[in-house]
Amino acid sequence: MIPAKFDYERAGSVDEALTMLAQHGDSAKILAGGHSLIPAMKLRLNQPGVLIDIGRIKELRYIKDGGDHVAIGAGATHDDILNSDHFGGGLEMWTEAAGMIGDPQVRHKGTLGGSIAHADPAADWPAVLLASDATIVVKGSGGQREIASSDFFTGFYMTDLQDGELILEIRVPKPPAGSKSSYQKFMQPASRFAIVGCAAVITMDGGSCSRARVGMTGVADGPYRATNVEDALTGKSLDEGAVESACADAAEGQSVMSDHFASEGYREHLARVYAKRAVMAAS
Amino acid sequence: MTYIGKSVKRVEDKRFITGKGNYTDDIVLPGMLHAFILRSPHAHARINSIDISEAEKAEGVVKIYTGKDIAESGVGGIPTGWQVNFKNGDTMKEPPHPILVTDKVLHVGDNIACVIAETKQQAKDASELIEVDYELLDAVSNPRDAAADGAPLVHDDAPNNICFDWELGNPKEEVDAALEGAHHITKLELRNQRVVPNAIEPRCAIGQYEDSTGKYTLYTTSQNPHLTRLLMTAFVLGIPEHKVRVVAPDVGGGFGSKIYHYAEEAMMIWASQRIGRPIKWTSDRSEAFMTDAHGRDHVTTAEMGFDKDGKIVGLRVNTHANLGAYLSTFAPAVPTWLHGTLLQGVYTTPKIHIDLVATFTHTTPVDAYRGAGRPEATYLLERLMDTAALEMDMDPTELRFKNFIPAFDGVEQEGYTTQVALQYDSGNYETVFKRALEMVDYDNFRKEQEEARKNGKYLGIGFSTYIEACGIAPSAVVGALGARAGLYEVGQVRVQPTGKVSVFTGAHSHGQGHETTFAQVVADRFGIPLEDVEIIHGDSDSVAFGMGTYGSRSLAVGGSAIVKSIDKIIEKGNKIAAHKLEASEDDIEFAEGKWTVKGTDKSIGFGDVALTAYVPHDYPEGVEPGLDFSSFYDPANFTYPNGAHIAVVEVDKDTGKVTLKRFIAVDDVGNVINPMIVDGQIHGGLAQGIGQALHEGAIYDDFGQLVNASYMDYTMPRADDLPSFEIDRIETPCPHNPLGVKGAGEAGAIGSTPAVVNAVMDALRPHGIKNLEMPLTPERVWQAMQS
Repeated sequence: MIPAKFDYERAGSVDEALTMLAQHGDSAKILAGGHSLIPAMKLRLNQPGVLIDIGRIKELRYIKDGGDHVAIGAGATHDDILNSDHFGGGLEMWTEAAGMIGDPQVRHKGTLGGSIAHADPAADWPAVLLASDATIVVKGSGGQREIASSDFFTGFYMTDLQDGELILEIRVPKPPAGSKSSYQKFMQPASRFAIVGCAAVITMDGGSCSRARVGMTGVADGPYRATNVEDALTGKSLDEGAVESACADAAEGQSVMSDHFASEGYREHLARVYAKRAVMAAS
Repeated sequence: MTYIGKSVKRVEDKRFITGKGNYTDDIVLPGMLHAFILRSPHAHARINSIDISEAEKAEGVVKIYTGKDIAESGVGGIPTGWQVNFKNGDTMKEPPHPILVTDKVLHVGDNIACVIAETKQQAKDASELIEVDYELLDAVSNPRDAAADGAPLVHDDAPNNICFDWELGNPKEEVDAALEGAHHITKLELRNQRVVPNAIEPRCAIGQYEDSTGKYTLYTTSQNPHLTRLLMTAFVLGIPEHKVRVVAPDVGGGFGSKIYHYAEEAMMIWASQRIGRPIKWTSDRSEAFMTDAHGRDHVTTAEMGFDKDGKIVGLRVNTHANLGAYLSTFAPAVPTWLHGTLLQGVYTTPKIHIDLVATFTHTTPVDAYRGAGRPEATYLLERLMDTAALEMDMDPTELRFKNFIPAFDGVEQEGYTTQVALQYDSGNYETVFKRALEMVDYDNFRKEQEEARKNGKYLGIGFSTYIEACGIAPSAVVGALGARAGLYEVGQVRVQPTGKVSVFTGAHSHGQGHETTFAQVVADRFGIPLEDVEIIHGDSDSVAFGMGTYGSRSLAVGGSAIVKSIDKIIEKGNKIAAHKLEASEDDIEFAEGKWTVKGTDKSIGFGDVALTAYVPHDYPEGVEPGLDFSSFYDPANFTYPNGAHIAVVEVDKDTGKVTLKRFIAVDDVGNVINPMIVDGQIHGGLAQGIGQALHEGAIYDDFGQLVNASYMDYTMPRADDLPSFEIDRIETPCPHNPLGVKGAGEAGAIGSTPAVVNAVMDALRPHGIKNLEMPLTPERVWQAMQS
């Protein structure tokens, strides 16, 4: 429980953080809330040469209405999201998911940007971002760019974030009128991460589903959008039987994980159950 | 002024909840060094070489010791405090348990080298530079597999990995015959899985040697500092006991795991003497998972026979108990004398026999963990009872009522002699169970369950009527059973000249609230305010001696020792008061803090007698000054707390997840001194027992790796996994100790586990599932429902 030796620098602004990142290169790690990074360092699984602390950069910590979207600063904590009133009209799953992360102490320190940069395959946020069609705004020495969440998560603890880049903001488009959302999670009982987490946004139009977004986490080596489920839901009236059959392929085509809490077959089954629960709750 | 029976707030809590507790790791001594123990990443491997040359050059390193250094210094290994013989009379196998290994590692976490440096970080950094050349060997972790021919051997001189075999009860032929003639036999294959104790404070030890005086001090996280001193000085290091002070300051929980003498304690003392500076070692959580002695781990085949009316006619048990790689301090006692002796339960079973094989495996040593042997006995008995009821199509409550031992108080009626070597003190088992059934509203529950099943919801109810043996123990009895120590307790009561009272007890408090409960007893007996009593424990230089805290013994044994000293003080006070009041000693009585001449208003107060004893100017002839007595109390018998636990669960048919909806516990722990503290003890025990049923369990893979050695992987029960407990008590006093108390520390952990498992089996009844292995994880339950 003693980390290897490291240096520590605190950035006062985004620009300063980017300069430090450029200066230290590979040996640097960004420290935000520290609730994934510090435990990994204590076990010496992660041994950065220098930590660049962005935890006190005020310009990264906000949640605001951007008109057609909600803009969340990368430094917003889980607790900020839990207590925000920006997440209505089909974005309810944001506060729902925030409330299922860790405990109050974790939620007050951990940040949205930190969580998605870490890209734990069992983290909650990636499913929510995918179901939201969220965009991730990042900045590096080459300037600022926007990454669709479906391009951002590239695999097991992997993202499209490049060396020297910092996440600035997560942009969440407001779903069409008539949308409702839900995040449902089967928790790993020790860590309380997701064995299966499902985020669903359902838009109803005249008794049938006109648009569906289903994001899954915990099931496979990375989060994914269950597009086959989305397609199967679209155009249907969402009674329980229809939803159940639409969700039958929730883990289809994925390389499903297995551990001592859930075997591959059980996880696949849970993916179906939780996809159904999320869709039912969102419709 | 009566404190007994009142929920007095805990006096120790102010310092704990304001962060002012003084734990071993809080202690910083001048010039203190830090140690890091390099541990084995492998379960079983030969060590071809250890190269410390690079590590020795690392920044801040003062010294690195390996097993060779320890062996060359001639110190012994870690001893065992209990001897069990083979059935044929041979002594158990007692292989060496070195402080640091020399040629072989026998479990993940085994001690290889001790790096001592100026800082903790430097010690850890240097340890990464040590090169160990391992030759990997096959490992075995299951206690039954270990005894099979051809299993990898843990110790060369223990064939088939057997430490000892053992039996208890009626002659085996009689039990076989009873089962032969039974109308019905219920047979279960059970695994009482291994659990990790997980005290909130990891272990810590500081060794200090003063060259000028030749005195050693060990600060350590111990439940029994005196026993640690005795074992370490006499059996490990061979240093004089009177030159060693052992201090166990505030200790953050133990659950058994801090009873034992561990290698790191001896290591710190040994090294501090060589280096001449104090040295601290603090376990981190990962080390705690690998090195704190684990609990349980039995593989059992149990058969219970019944006549056509449902009366039990016999019980046959065959168990393999896992001892781990080495013998921990009390390991041999746990599956034998703390387990086999409890197989009578609360039933009139006429014939009982247990055959037990205790084996070594390539795993962390196993020893007593909250309940120690008694939960394993209760688990098999109570699982058999609910399963038998199911098989015989009887109500599980009715089956119990047919078999309960009738009520007896141990005074008017004799104690109950069991088939397995014990005599129960007093009991009222039927009344206890009836109260629990009333609380759960059993008849209504069955209706609700039926309705729920119609709606596709699976509700279940499970019962457990348990008994345990606490207050260990009569020294002569345990001596005859193989204990290498007495199990009395010491209590010294010093009335100061001002009438304030200091009490020194050998019963160490590490969460139990002794500083409050013991003070309540003392204040009541003396008729003085609670604030006038201070309870001192945990320091071998101030407390005369002690056997420590475990086995729910502190109040029954330690409290009784204090009462003996209180009685001596009152008796001496009688003499002083008689002199001062110019009356005959026979006419003096003590009550409510003063000595009175019977039938008069002439009296003298507690403080005045105390002052007189220390300023003996006007003093009875032949009486020594001072008011300070010490007593050893050796109990006449064990105490036998018992109770009835009922669990109500719901199983989610889609996921297999079990939700505990209600938990009712009616316990008879004898007289109660502080109901709030007893409630707390019951609650904590229930959480651990329920944790074992539903969540916890150490998992070893085929290579002997402990795969869930972190809180990310090992499921501890949390508040939101538990309902609000519904608890009540029946108080049947213990007839053989002065307080009438039986002990409450382990009750919750003993009774609750089978109640929960029985409830889940009841819920799954429509699926025809009778038996599942703990923990009842969602996947295990769901898979069973699919087949």
